[in-house]
Order: sequence, then structure tokens, then C-alpha cells
Amino acid sequence: MDNRKTSANASDEACEQTEWLVAVRDRRDKAAFARLYDHFVPRLKGMLMRSGMSGAAAEDVVQDVMLTIWHKAHLYDESRARASAWIYRIARNRQIDVIRRRPRPVPDEMIAEAETRESPEADALVGLEQEAAQLRQALETLPEAQREIIERAYVGELTQAEIREATGLALGTIKSRIRLALEKLRHELKDLREE
Amino acid sequence: MTEITHHLPDWLIRSYATGSLGHAFSLVVAAHVSQCDDCRARLEAEELAGGVVLESLDAVSASDDLRKRVFDGLDSDPPAAFTAPARSGIYPGAVVEAMGGAEPRWRALGGGIRQAILSEDREGSARLLYIPPGMAVPDHGHNGLELTLVLQGSFSDETGRFGVGDVEVASDDLDHTPVAGMEDVCICLAATDAPLKFKSFLPRLLQPIFRI
Repeated sequence: MDNRKTSANASDEACEQTEWLVAVRDRRDKAAFARLYDHFVPRLKGMLMRSGMSGAAAEDVVQDVMLTIWHKAHLYDESRARASAWIYRIARNRQIDVIRRRPRPVPDEMIAEAETRESPEADALVGLEQEAAQLRQALETLPEAQREIIERAYVGELTQAEIREATGLALGTIKSRIRLALEKLRHELKDLREE
Repeated sequence: MTEITHHLPDWLIRSYATGSLGHAFSLVVAAHVSQCDDCRARLEAEELAGGVVLESLDAVSASDDLRKRVFDGLDSDPPAAFTAPARSGIYPGAVVEAMGGAEPRWRALGGGIRQAILSEDREGSARLLYIPPGMAVPDHGHNGLELTLVLQGSFSDETGRFGVGDVEVASDDLDHTPVAGMEDVCICLAATDAPLKFKSFLPRLLQPIFRI
């Protein structure tokens, strides 16, 4: 059975997930959080188990990830990351903290607090959705063996040496789109400091 | 700040995003991304791809107990979670964290060069290097991969000039002699996945003692 959705539908759905996360951030909306839970928890658990954790250990990490989403939602910026990308990062951070028993080195944040942040331009959001849809389409049209290796890389099943040799998925246009959003944020932060 | 011209290769950013990079190299990636918008955008693009793959995965059913634990936790205070330290002077937060929040504990290596070891494990080691203006770090080849990120000053070698924020990626085939620029003491974050092979400067036998 092929339950892969068409790109258009999947894109609408992804937008929905970002809206849920924004509702959690702006209104502490528990119903929206429950939807995020139902959508992401089974997939997070699957991903963590595929990268080598037991079911119980994976659930412990998922618990921390979901509580981090709830408590750190004010740091979420929808003009730079879709919900799934932000959640993917939180899951990796937590998983590696646990596996290595020390904090994962993370980049310094560029933080604009929710109160001071201008509402993100609609085209930044649409842009990210379009990029994600194109990416999904690109993955679907790859030869099966190549698609599988890329999936395994992002799930966390490949070593750094394997990634160095194997995966050649270029993300150039997505990068420049995010770069524009970063520059805008940088500019806003500078304005804030000068006020 | 001068413009960053030497960036991280794609595979390193992808390995960091997917969680398959060891601690020492992760430290260099985090420190470089902290000061490079271009590589931050590349990292966030990798995470966008990670999110797309995450959404496409088959669901694995989770226990009712997990649901209860999570929803019970919503009204409690957030757990005393680890918060990454802030940048301090030339050191990005991840480096401050690796230094234990203190100043670097420099050890003299001779010739005015100093090092401070930040981490060591099976997968590699990370250290800070302090190189006085105009000093050469001895000609050395590598057993594995060496990443060097400039935090202050600059150095030049056979492959070019590296200023603040630039990262050099040197593999087995590079024999190089980095020389610090005259403008300031050069402070670098260096990470390797194998011991360096110094050709001069320190007898090979001393290497385990100095942990180079």
C-alpha cells in the first residue's frame, strides 16, 4: 500500500503543524499541543529507535523533547524553521546529550523575543513550505537506493564517514531562502540594540 | 569583522545535523556556525530536510504512560534543563561550555606556543592553541582529519590566509606549516580525529605526554 501523499496535500499539512506550534507559542494552546503530540511522538520514537535506542530509552528522550517544545516554544521562529525542522533539532540535541552524557555543542542563538519580533512576513513561511515541497518531490523522484541512503542519513543510521562518501543532496536554494530570513533578523536585532 | 571566506564542507554540516559527528568536530561546527550566517543557513536547510524525512517515517506506537508523563509535565515548572552558556569575549558559548565556564587553562608547548585541551574521547580531541604573532606551528601532517577555527588574529599556510571565523579542513594529504599573522596573538580551536604527527619541534616520543 502506498500511503505517500501528493506534495500539495503534504504541504498543506506541514503548514498545519507549524500553525499548531505557533498556537502553543502564542496562546499556550493545549489542544494544539495534543495534535503536535499525536503527529510527532510516534515518528520521533521510530526515528530514535532506528538510530539505535531501545523503545524505553527512546520514550524517555521523546518525553524530554515534547516538554522542551512546550516550555521553549517562545524561542520558535516560523520564518526560519518549519515545525518539523525545529522539532528534529530538539530531538537530536536531547538524544546526543543523553548518549554522550554531556551537552551537545550547539551554536549561539540569535534570539529575538516573541514580544519584540515583528510578525514574520507571509512569504517567508510560504517560501519554506515551497522549499519543503520541492525537497519532498526531489526525494520521491530519486532512484530507490539513493532515496534510501538519504533517509538513513537523516534518520541517524549513517556514520560521518558514510555521509562523507555517500550523500549528495544539494540544498542550495533552501539555504539562500533561510539566509534572507537570518539577515532580516540580524537587522531587527541591530535596530533593537540601537533603540 | 572581516568576511569569512573559509567555510565548512557540506558533509560536516550534514553529519552535525544528523547527529553522527563526534564531540570534538561538533564543537568546531557549533563555534563556526555561531559566527557564520552562511553556514547557519546551510545547517538550518539540513534541519529542514531532517524534518521532511521525520514526517515521512512510519509511526511507532508509543505507550499510554508516555502520554501521561508528558501531559502531567505541562503544568509543572520546566525541568532544570541545561542552558548553553553565552558567548564570552572571543569564545562562542559552546567553547565556554567546553572550558567549564572558566578561562582557558594554558600549558606551554615551547616557543611561546600554548595549548589548552578541551575534550578527548575515542573519536578525537579538541584544544585551543595560542600562537604568538609571527610564530610558526611546526610543520605537521595528520593521521586523520584536522579542523582549525580561528577565534582571534589569523594564520597563513600553504593553502591560504585564515582570519577570525575561518575554518581550515586539513586531511591526511596536507603537510602544512601555519604561521600566525603579525597583527595579534592567534587563538584557534583545533579538533582532530587522530593524533597529529609533528615532524620537528617535539620528539615523537613526547607526543603522548603533551597529548598533541
